[in-house]
Amino acid sequence: MTPPARLDELDELRETIHAADAVVPVGGRTQWEVGNPTTGGVEVRAPAGILACDPAELTVTAGAGTPVAELAAVLGEAGQECPIDARAPDATVGGVLAAGLSGHRRLRYGPLRDRVLEVRFVTADGRLVKGGGPTVKNVTGFDLPRLLVGSLGTVGVVTQATLRCQPRPVSARWLTTVGDPFAARQRMFRPSSIAWDGTTTHVLLEGHPDDVVAEATAAGLDAGSGRDATEGGPSWPAGPHRGRISVRPSRLRDLAPALRDIDGLRWLAEVGVGTVHVATVDPARLIAARDVAAAHGGWLLRETGAPGIDGYGAPLPNLAIVKRIRAAFDPTGKLSPGRLPGAPAPALTSAS
Amino acid sequence: MGAGRARAEPLELALYQRDAGVDRGNAAAVCFPGTGADVAAAVRVAARHDRPFVARGSGTGLAGGATPVGDPLVIVTTHLNRILEVNPEERYAWVEPGVLNLDLSRAVDHLGLHYAPDPSSQQACTIGGNVATNAGGPHCLASGVTAMHVLAMEVVLGDGSTTMLGGLEPDQAGYDLRGCFVGSEGTMGIATRIAVRLLPDPPAVRTLLLDFTSVDAAAATVSGIIAAGIVPAALEMMDAEITRAVEDFVGAGYPRDAAAVLLVELDGLAGGVAAQVDAVRHVGAQHGARTVRVAADEAERALLWKGRKSAFGAIARIAPDYYLHDAVVPRTRLVDVLQRVYEIAGEYDLTMMNVFHAGDGNLHPLIVFDQRDPGIWERVHAAGDAILRTCVDAGGVLSGEHGIGLEKREAMPLVFTSDDLDVQARLRDAFDPAGRANPQKILPSGSRCGEMQRVPEGAWV
Repeated sequence: MTPPARLDELDELRETIHAADAVVPVGGRTQWEVGNPTTGGVEVRAPAGILACDPAELTVTAGAGTPVAELAAVLGEAGQECPIDARAPDATVGGVLAAGLSGHRRLRYGPLRDRVLEVRFVTADGRLVKGGGPTVKNVTGFDLPRLLVGSLGTVGVVTQATLRCQPRPVSARWLTTVGDPFAARQRMFRPSSIAWDGTTTHVLLEGHPDDVVAEATAAGLDAGSGRDATEGGPSWPAGPHRGRISVRPSRLRDLAPALRDIDGLRWLAEVGVGTVHVATVDPARLIAARDVAAAHGGWLLRETGAPGIDGYGAPLPNLAIVKRIRAAFDPTGKLSPGRLPGAPAPALTSAS
Repeated sequence: MGAGRARAEPLELALYQRDAGVDRGNAAAVCFPGTGADVAAAVRVAARHDRPFVARGSGTGLAGGATPVGDPLVIVTTHLNRILEVNPEERYAWVEPGVLNLDLSRAVDHLGLHYAPDPSSQQACTIGGNVATNAGGPHCLASGVTAMHVLAMEVVLGDGSTTMLGGLEPDQAGYDLRGCFVGSEGTMGIATRIAVRLLPDPPAVRTLLLDFTSVDAAAATVSGIIAAGIVPAALEMMDAEITRAVEDFVGAGYPRDAAAVLLVELDGLAGGVAAQVDAVRHVGAQHGARTVRVAADEAERALLWKGRKSAFGAIARIAPDYYLHDAVVPRTRLVDVLQRVYEIAGEYDLTMMNVFHAGDGNLHPLIVFDQRDPGIWERVHAAGDAILRTCVDAGGVLSGEHGIGLEKREAMPLVFTSDDLDVQARLRDAFDPAGRANPQKILPSGSRCGEMQRVPEGAWV
């Protein structure tokens, strides 16, 4: 594997990508198996480090190889945060963007794709290009940042990104209830997260301390029982075979009993969002969860484990457009081969 | 498509030669589809005749995005104006592209919901046009621009096929094609149904007017507010000229002798809003705000906003024509960029006003003029180019919410290399390989179309 590229080593990174028959960008390997596993290639890393952080701009620019924990620490010193909320601290900015994993506070702060203002990336033919712009508002040209979020390293190798930040909330508390999470949601103005495992509902409230109490009271929660966000919160489903379901938020109500019927399946639903994190010790149960998702109009993305099953469970929507994009950006299919359907015929992969 | 839904009479076509910008083109024919299937049929007709097509909403765009180039078929979406579904539980609405922006918010008002993007033209502009330009507005500071509010779209592609981009579920497998389409100014196809996010109305709203004896102090206050950890719902700035014009026009109670005023809106839950009102007062005082007026009630709040929203109407009383620019700079560069913008106006002997979305650094320098003055148009354009270069040199971008269209495509190399533009072209062509959807927009070409000409007319008011 090539060592982490520094900013002054971008030429080397470009040459490596240009010369290789197959290239796989590597971050913290925390979402390494999302979708379909790659068939491999020359592994490359993006540079790490914070390049610009100005509190009065509410933006941060970081090398794509920067660990999210480092990003959070630097922003924290300025009283700010970027709610990408990767659960593994060694996840990298570029890796999180490539995996398209929105954080658990998506209910309030929106999906990951809304955070990315500018990206720089190396194309399959070794050119360093920019998409988007560094300002918080911008309609200058086509939205390449949104194309790259969730593209699993198949469009280009992201080297740096500019992200939209926000002030850190004064107060942040996890509260729990066994009441109906859907009713609770309708009674609150803007909870940051409502995580529900079918029995217990965990509500994250953030903001002015008075408002946290007011929201809790409105939802029938005991404001005094909460725990600070740094120590409270639900436990995320763990297990060797994991995935996440995407379903219309209103379908969670019907989806939940069906998931409960899958013996030994651990799951946690983001109420109001429609994401359900599932984990199991038995790959067959992940497939069962996928079937349940499909029956409710959703789908399950394989995140890890369950070897041999398709990462997506169905043909990609708009596959014809996806194929044309891939042919345009990566005509020989060298970028992260295997990860995403619709690639042009891949070149022979070289040993890494 | 029904009888009378397609026109090719010269008079009719002349109406569709341009949008609210200044670039004029030529339409071969214009049609008014009443359904998504009609749109698809129209696109197929264009394909059969190997013609380009250009989608058009209300024609309020300021960058020539809807200007017909290359004798296209103009497809007007204003008859597609039904709100198809409102779902208060999941907080979304399905609308047709011709629904007016403000009509949507009015339609969901009784549910305690609203549609966040609120461009100044919101009484006239369509949601479809908002999608094309990724429209913004004052309240996009906290709530985000159109791209953050579009969940899904049914679109007709350049070959006449219809497909769905995005969805009501949080993620879709594969690429975010929905995200690519928003802001593509009609170059990837035509949206025929759009699912937009609705937001709950905030329980508490406070609106403040701060007035200053210098533009610099007002601009520094903007950075100060953001640096203090406050992201207001809206943070608008108006300079002396526009403040006086507005006050003469609507009598909103703006101080007539101020060098600049800031309109600050704070919303959310009561505790946070109260704390932020105090903090904004403090930051304002630190930067020498002369007065800080907090609207006492809804009527006073509406009056303060009426002043801001009447700005463009007020200008019509000063000079017959105006040219409105749109560029974004990093917020911390507002002070020096504004100084330079005023210098440029002086250098070209032009009257310049500034009313803009200061909180996100989105400048709207506005040059007022009378087109009958000899040589004025050349000066207006030269000043505009100088302003754009100033913004780019400060680390800014070419457009915050109006788009590139025809107006700024030749300026794209100021911010993008040829390689950057090449990958953008690849993305656009992947959606529309035949290049029939609104050709020659956004991306620069070697030369302008021979039919194009600058027409010295005032922009949309």
